[in-house]
Amino acid sequence: MTHHSRPSTQEHYVAPFDDVTSFEELKDAPPPAKFKLTFMGKIGAVVVTFWVLIALLGPFIAPLGENELPFPDAYSEFQAPQPGAWLGTDVDDRDVLSRLMFGASRTLGIAFAATIIAYFFGVILGIGAIVAGPKVDLVVSRINDAFMSLPTIMLGLVVVAAVGSSIPILILTAGFIYTTVVFRLARGIGMDIIVMDYVEAAKVRGDGIWWIVTREIWPNAAMPLISDFGLRLIIVILFISSLGFLGLGVQPPQADWGSMVRENLGALQYGESYLPVIAPAVAIATLTVGINLVVDDISSHAGRKLSGRM
Amino acid sequence: MLSLIAKRLGIGLITVLAVSIIIFLGTKILPGDAAELRLGQSASAENLAVLRERLGLDKPYWQQYLSWLVNFVQGDMGNSLSGDTPISGLIADRYQNTLIVSGLTALIGVPISVALGVMAAMFPGSTYDRVLTFTSVTLVAAPEFFTATLLVLFFVLFLGMGSTIVSGSTDGMGLFELIQHFALPITTLCFVIASQLIRMSRAAVLNVMASPYIEMAILKGIPRRRIILRHALLNAIGPIVNVIALNLAYLITGVIVVEIYFSYQGLATLIVQGVQTRDFVLVQSLGMIFCATYVVIMLIADIAAILANPRQRHPK
Repeated sequence: MTHHSRPSTQEHYVAPFDDVTSFEELKDAPPPAKFKLTFMGKIGAVVVTFWVLIALLGPFIAPLGENELPFPDAYSEFQAPQPGAWLGTDVDDRDVLSRLMFGASRTLGIAFAATIIAYFFGVILGIGAIVAGPKVDLVVSRINDAFMSLPTIMLGLVVVAAVGSSIPILILTAGFIYTTVVFRLARGIGMDIIVMDYVEAAKVRGDGIWWIVTREIWPNAAMPLISDFGLRLIIVILFISSLGFLGLGVQPPQADWGSMVRENLGALQYGESYLPVIAPAVAIATLTVGINLVVDDISSHAGRKLSGRM
Repeated sequence: MLSLIAKRLGIGLITVLAVSIIIFLGTKILPGDAAELRLGQSASAENLAVLRERLGLDKPYWQQYLSWLVNFVQGDMGNSLSGDTPISGLIADRYQNTLIVSGLTALIGVPISVALGVMAAMFPGSTYDRVLTFTSVTLVAAPEFFTATLLVLFFVLFLGMGSTIVSGSTDGMGLFELIQHFALPITTLCFVIASQLIRMSRAAVLNVMASPYIEMAILKGIPRRRIILRHALLNAIGPIVNVIALNLAYLITGVIVVEIYFSYQGLATLIVQGVQTRDFVLVQSLGMIFCATYVVIMLIADIAAILANPRQRHPK
């Protein structure tokens, strides 16, 4: 098939007729518009790709180790950028650039793992609750509502107060907290699908539950759920960095972007350069805003905003 | 309608109870109870037993929970683990500090953002609308400490106004000094709630603008400004009030980061200290205060929506 762009000047779409397209092939609807990123969406995609590459390669290409000192012989707190420390030095004389690169893989890795966990359990529980019938659905939803009515950062604080902070605990905590949100989303989408005629038809045909879930519900729920993944990821990144900023996330001397901002706050008052604070803060902001720009494009292409369901 | 509101109040009460159970159990899962933490590892078994009895830790969980809840409601939150001082005393001043900052934020931030959002809805697609929408999309995805850093860089380091550390007594300060003192944390928090508020109030008005009676008003030739202010805005008030309450609830999360950023002596700095010193009695009480406030604000949002929108009073 050749590609035909939609004629913009014509009032009605008239399918072009030529040798390649036989009469039987003519469709009454124009071919679906190809998904294209807008200008801002492209900028977002470039920024996100950049940070993902840094997160993957950062620990290998960083000029120095996470806790190595660029100038071990000198007192060098909050130095301005110079050869050997291209973004300056931090509160403990370490290289800001190297820590930023190590922090990238930690912040992004934790957030990504947590979001995957949230999706895994959220989707299984959400769709499971509808399939299991109204009674189970009611109980699970009520418990879910109780957890959702807590401010997320408070849940995080209580968990960290109880069991301390380490990377596996951070991943599990964030994963658990956002499972509640994904549960609600998956349940909402599943509710819309399960009343559809084709699901009724499958039931009448005598198809089993497993078949209905995997062949009828899942294919139709997957797309909206996946396009919401980016938004969830942003919120988890912000959550992890906020905990890090409060000193309750990734523990020193390990670097992550949120805790780097906190450690180096002093640079704003007596540092030679402000970069130790600005660099990690800008890193988080560009990453989340970049994801947001891409997500905006995707959801406007998909036609409706999933955030409306939340 | 009254019964509907009573039902919502009931749901709210149950939620607060559920939250209190989560928080109570959350601090029970850790190894070591209050008696062990207070006496240290070298304490003898007899001493531990005596202290446990005095604190009521030898009773079953449900009894401990009930007495904790009853005392909490009466304002007695027990003593903190570190320092053994009454928690209600620790909280009193800080509560006021947090209330000042969040109250002023609501007072300044809410009217400005709603006005900006409504104005964007008046001229959809204009440069003003596009710039505002883009800025709020950007800010909504940026963390609070990024906004705070930008503001500090601009105001403190570039213009030489305001202060990076907002602590100490405000006694004897003049009006101008007070403004300088509180300006940065409040501006940061205003940005935090503004980005959501602008987007959502714009959407609320545009939503109403799509209804047939607005089309009728346009066809009658009524000027656009009058349509928005007289016809659309009145019907958008319900959703906007709902949005305002939701954003005040977000403010609770924002206030934690902002207080830490500016070393402000509020409830948030206290709870973070509590977590760091593993003083879970303190965390329990403060967590309960934050969560209860959050639930109450959400409840107000719910009820406001019911009051403002007659259709919600008779759900199908």
